[in-house]
Amino acid sequence: MSEILKLSDFSVSFDTPRGDLHAVRGVDLSIAKGESIGIVGESGSGKTVLSRATMGLMPSTATCTGTVEFKGAVISNLSRAEVRKNWGTGMAMVFQDPMTSLNPVRRIGSQLMEALIVRLGMSKDQARARSVELLERVRIPDPYAAMKKYPGELSGGMRQRIVIAIAIACTPELLFADEPTTALDVTVQAQVLELLAELRQEFNMAMILVTHDLGVVAGQTDRVIVMYAGQIVEAASTTDLFRNMKMPYTEALMKSIPRMDQSSGQRLRVITGRLPDPTTPEPGCSFAPRCEYATDKCRTEKPPLVTTQTGHQYRCFFPIGGSL
Amino acid sequence: MKKAQSLLIRFSQVALVLLGATFLVSILIRQLPGDVSLLINPVASEAERASLRHELGLDRNYFSAYWMWLSRMFQGDFGFFIFGGKVLPVLKTAIPPTLQLIFYTQIVALTVAVPLGVTSAYKQGTRFDRFTSTTLFSLSSIPNFGIGLILSLIIGVKIGILPPSGYKPISEGLIDHFRLMVLPVLTLAIAPISTYTRLLRAEMIGALREDYVLLALSKGLSDRRILLRHVLRPSCTTLMTSAALSMGGLIGGALVIEIIFVIPGMGTQLAKAIGMREFLAIQTYVAFIALFYITFNSIIDVLIGVVDPRTRSRRA
Repeated sequence: MSEILKLSDFSVSFDTPRGDLHAVRGVDLSIAKGESIGIVGESGSGKTVLSRATMGLMPSTATCTGTVEFKGAVISNLSRAEVRKNWGTGMAMVFQDPMTSLNPVRRIGSQLMEALIVRLGMSKDQARARSVELLERVRIPDPYAAMKKYPGELSGGMRQRIVIAIAIACTPELLFADEPTTALDVTVQAQVLELLAELRQEFNMAMILVTHDLGVVAGQTDRVIVMYAGQIVEAASTTDLFRNMKMPYTEALMKSIPRMDQSSGQRLRVITGRLPDPTTPEPGCSFAPRCEYATDKCRTEKPPLVTTQTGHQYRCFFPIGGSL
Repeated sequence: MKKAQSLLIRFSQVALVLLGATFLVSILIRQLPGDVSLLINPVASEAERASLRHELGLDRNYFSAYWMWLSRMFQGDFGFFIFGGKVLPVLKTAIPPTLQLIFYTQIVALTVAVPLGVTSAYKQGTRFDRFTSTTLFSLSSIPNFGIGLILSLIIGVKIGILPPSGYKPISEGLIDHFRLMVLPVLTLAIAPISTYTRLLRAEMIGALREDYVLLALSKGLSDRRILLRHVLRPSCTTLMTSAALSMGGLIGGALVIEIIFVIPGMGTQLAKAIGMREFLAIQTYVAFIALFYITFNSIIDVLIGVVDPRTRSRRA
């Protein structure tokens, strides 16, 4: 399998009044064609920044270092105009909140057709026909009527389907889905995830699913990457990760998922404390202050990212189940 | 059906505002000190003055006098000047220059402010942005009659490339008409240019942070297309509202500017009428200015609904 995306020592920092804010630190990652990976972490762990910066969708206050290769070509040193050529046709993104990611003053149809006309050079009629097909594909009832509607006239689930339709319009090879179900009703979440999985199969599209929900990742991805404070702290195939979790942080994330088999009225498990301040690097493991297994070594030395024979990676001196 | 209904509501609103504005003015004019009948004819006998007062409705109460004016308006009688002559012919010659002045000013202000606002927002924080905002800020802090006098003196008299003052209708030659309009329009346009540019800049900077801009970017669209198609449109409703509201200020400004540039418009006539206590004429002038203001605002309201569908559903 050939790689579609490869990040090497990729870091993103922001120039803020309080000093450089390191949002993503030294990430190495590669994704094969058609592969689906999940990036998991709590708010502020750098997962959204990582996905946006990989694509190149970053404001000018951000500084990215390291390299990004897309389909074998380095894109991290290209000008914005050059990178843009990949957007839509090579890489596309589905955003978190469908309430805000569609332009409120333009009709669904024109927002869909736009990319087809501008990027693929279709005629208006071709673009219209293709847009209706796309809307049908994402299961929008009565696509002809939907084309003429404004986003405000549609429900959240419908809007997210439309955002997905826009993202896949130019058949990208890599789709970033940034918390695509977080803003949706639980009943709609499953439908949207299912739709994404189907489309991925159909277009043989690689997908990066960014989420804070391990449950979402479980059914949808081949591989999972757990991020904490801008670093990869654990990476493994999805089955391996759930069966043989190494990183205390991942375990803590797991434990904080509310369980259906518990009696009601119980306190929810939380990970106490907060993410470290991203402007001041800590001397030891960044999770140490919140880790229930932390020792003095954890607080003073930085654990390296260890790779096992099976390809399971973790960043911990005392992994769960012993180091093997 | 619904459309007809909303149209009806709008018309009745317009009518109500017009009635309210003219009635208020009719009361205000009567508060002016000095007996008009004395002013006109200082040597008139008591009987002559009484008959004059009766003719002007001065012996009636506020409502009755207002009704007199209103019912005459509906019969096509726009009042008369106490010093002789009808208001209607004066109105006919005074309205076009003022309307032209205001209309050109809005066009100039918008054509300058929209590109400036868009570019400043796009190049936010750059030298261009700072230069634009400082320049506009300092220019707009000069009162418009000051700018008018300076422009008239420097460009009109010292350099002499444009006539310093005067007015010619379009029928007497388009080029002459526009040459005379350049300075007054420029004078009037500076304040709205500054307001519109700053408003649009702020509005666009806000809109540029929206998720839908990111989505548009991720489609691979050019910055230019995103700015003009995705950001300008949701941002320009504020601009349109501001344009509608600035109409009041522009009308007021035009009244002063007309006097400086010797344009025989509503401003010149209104100033004359106020000085002479020609209150039937004042009332009619005010009615027309109000009508103009309301009409323009109603048109903008409808246009905002066209541009931004969100306002449409809210009003329904």
